[in-house]
Amino acid sequence: MAFLSYLINGLGLGSVYAIIALGYTMVYGIAKMLNFAHGDIIMIGAYAAFFALNAFHLPLLVAVLFSVAVCTVLGVLVERLAYKPLRQATSLSVLITAIGVSYFLQNSAQLLWSSATKVFPSVISGGALNLGGVSVSYLTLITVLVCIVVMTCLTLFINRTKTGSAMRACSEDKGAATLMGINVNRIISITFAIGSGLAAIAAVLLCATYPSVYPTLGSMPGIKAFTAAVFGGIGSVPGAFLGGLLLGVIEILAKAYISTQLSDAIVFTVLIIVLLIKPTGLLGRKISEKV
Amino acid sequence: MKKNIFASMFDQKHRSRTVTYLIVIVSYIVLEILMKTGNLSSLFTSLLVPVCAYIVAAIGLNLNVGFSGELNLGQAGFMSVGAFTGICVSGALGGLIPNTVVRLLASLIAGALMAAVFGYLIGVPVLKLQGDYLAIVTLAFGQIIKSVITNIYLGFDGTGFHMSFVDNKVKLEPGGKMLLNGPMGATGTDRIATFTVGVLLILAALVIVYNLIYSRSGRAIMAARDNRIAAESIGISVSKTKMLAFVVSASLAGAAGALFGLNYSTLLPNKFDFNMSILVLVYVVLGGLGNMTGTVTATVILVLLPELLRSLQDYRMLIYAVILISIMLISNNENMKVTAERLKKKLSRKNLKEAGNE
Repeated sequence: MAFLSYLINGLGLGSVYAIIALGYTMVYGIAKMLNFAHGDIIMIGAYAAFFALNAFHLPLLVAVLFSVAVCTVLGVLVERLAYKPLRQATSLSVLITAIGVSYFLQNSAQLLWSSATKVFPSVISGGALNLGGVSVSYLTLITVLVCIVVMTCLTLFINRTKTGSAMRACSEDKGAATLMGINVNRIISITFAIGSGLAAIAAVLLCATYPSVYPTLGSMPGIKAFTAAVFGGIGSVPGAFLGGLLLGVIEILAKAYISTQLSDAIVFTVLIIVLLIKPTGLLGRKISEKV
Repeated sequence: MKKNIFASMFDQKHRSRTVTYLIVIVSYIVLEILMKTGNLSSLFTSLLVPVCAYIVAAIGLNLNVGFSGELNLGQAGFMSVGAFTGICVSGALGGLIPNTVVRLLASLIAGALMAAVFGYLIGVPVLKLQGDYLAIVTLAFGQIIKSVITNIYLGFDGTGFHMSFVDNKVKLEPGGKMLLNGPMGATGTDRIATFTVGVLLILAALVIVYNLIYSRSGRAIMAARDNRIAAESIGISVSKTKMLAFVVSASLAGAAGALFGLNYSTLLPNKFDFNMSILVLVYVVLGGLGNMTGTVTATVILVLLPELLRSLQDYRMLIYAVILISIMLISNNENMKVTAERLKKKLSRKNLKEAGNE
């Protein structure tokens, strides 16, 4: 029974990772860049939700929408100002710029709101549902549900809409997509908007579980979710979902059964083993090399 | 015909390395004079050894990223291995070798060797991957090294080293002392690192890297970077050459870490986190991939920049971030590139004319 409850907690944490990982993987799939500032967008989302709830006393759903709006605007703005001029640059320059943006957001947050930890109000009541002897907190249940809804909507969006197929076209071949009349810059902006909006949702879920808000809040979940994205095969949407869930489960099980301090080491070891067996991640596409 | 050694120092091939050596030596002399005459603030004096350590780690990383073309996001992991190895060796040899310089050198070598061993072990799986996947695995190894060192308790007494992953299991004889205390890291370390040894380490790193890249192996490393398949087809063992660059890079980071660690009496394992790896990577990229002179100057400027901005207090890291982004945007701007090309052409034409007049 203990195992089952660990498993469910793992799925809860994994759902948060999966939502963040979707942001990484979509941006990577389309703009081919590692957006290291994604974790800090989560942090801004957490602050936005915190102020919406605490200072403006908005209801939860409105606060989430406010946070999503702030992050979406921020994501698009960052893309326009910092990444767009670097479309033709080497991936290393883009990486360093993303790191610069990350520093910028962290230090702005520290200046604006001080580095002191703020306590996130408890938004989802602490009740629990009893499922055949295993108690599942509402929070975990909601987190997993939100993740499934987000995943379903995103898959439908990418596969069924015109913008979605334009996104797939861009990730296949930007040049050909341009020739087909797709506005690649617009698609990249939309990708950043969606990824950042998802980061805001993840931020609220994360803060509901770990109720503290501080300027470096996004770093560790960011790195973990990035790992999850690579784990599942970066660029692949179902891969990010699978990678996120697996990572969350492995982390919680490692904490429960092996060692709390070494759990990070175990998570990363599993990642390395997976990459050695399947070098492009679990659901990643095989890259064939032409001579 | 054998050329005069001084002439050969300044010919086309060796000019950049001679300039680098000169920059390092001249700045050392200037700084020593400033320090002896008391014109250097205590803040800057305290930064001298860390700057040397960062330069050595960055030189190593440039070999990896610039010459071998592999993005490594775990350089701090190797620095960490070197630092704590160096601290342990120095602590263990404390009674044996009273001379601090000899002890420091022994610690640096031990740190470099240990990091090289780790570099090899990590290189075996890492170098099978390519591109961003390789980067993420180095990141993962950096994190693993950090969390393992956070859990090591190591003591030393008359009978040798005692290690455990649980605090209270380390039993020491009287007179023994704890070298590593898990998350508390190393405490009570002898601060034996000196600026002179730091500069010597930089020079040693430069000699090693320059000799490597101008050798047959170095050309093989660059060939493997430029076109893996073509390099393989002319008989270069790509995995071996990449491994060579990776291990040398790791061992330089290890020596740098040992120097860094022996400069502080207390060192937390958390110091060598992902941010540290990124910091060193920023020095390398801003200095120019494959450009050692650039690496050295960029490291010095970027380590000093936050300190120079100290008068701006809370805004300094914000400005640092803005400067970082602006440099990237400006250096990748098409118009700027065209201007730089033109300037280069003009200069080379001038050089040609001068050569023709001789």
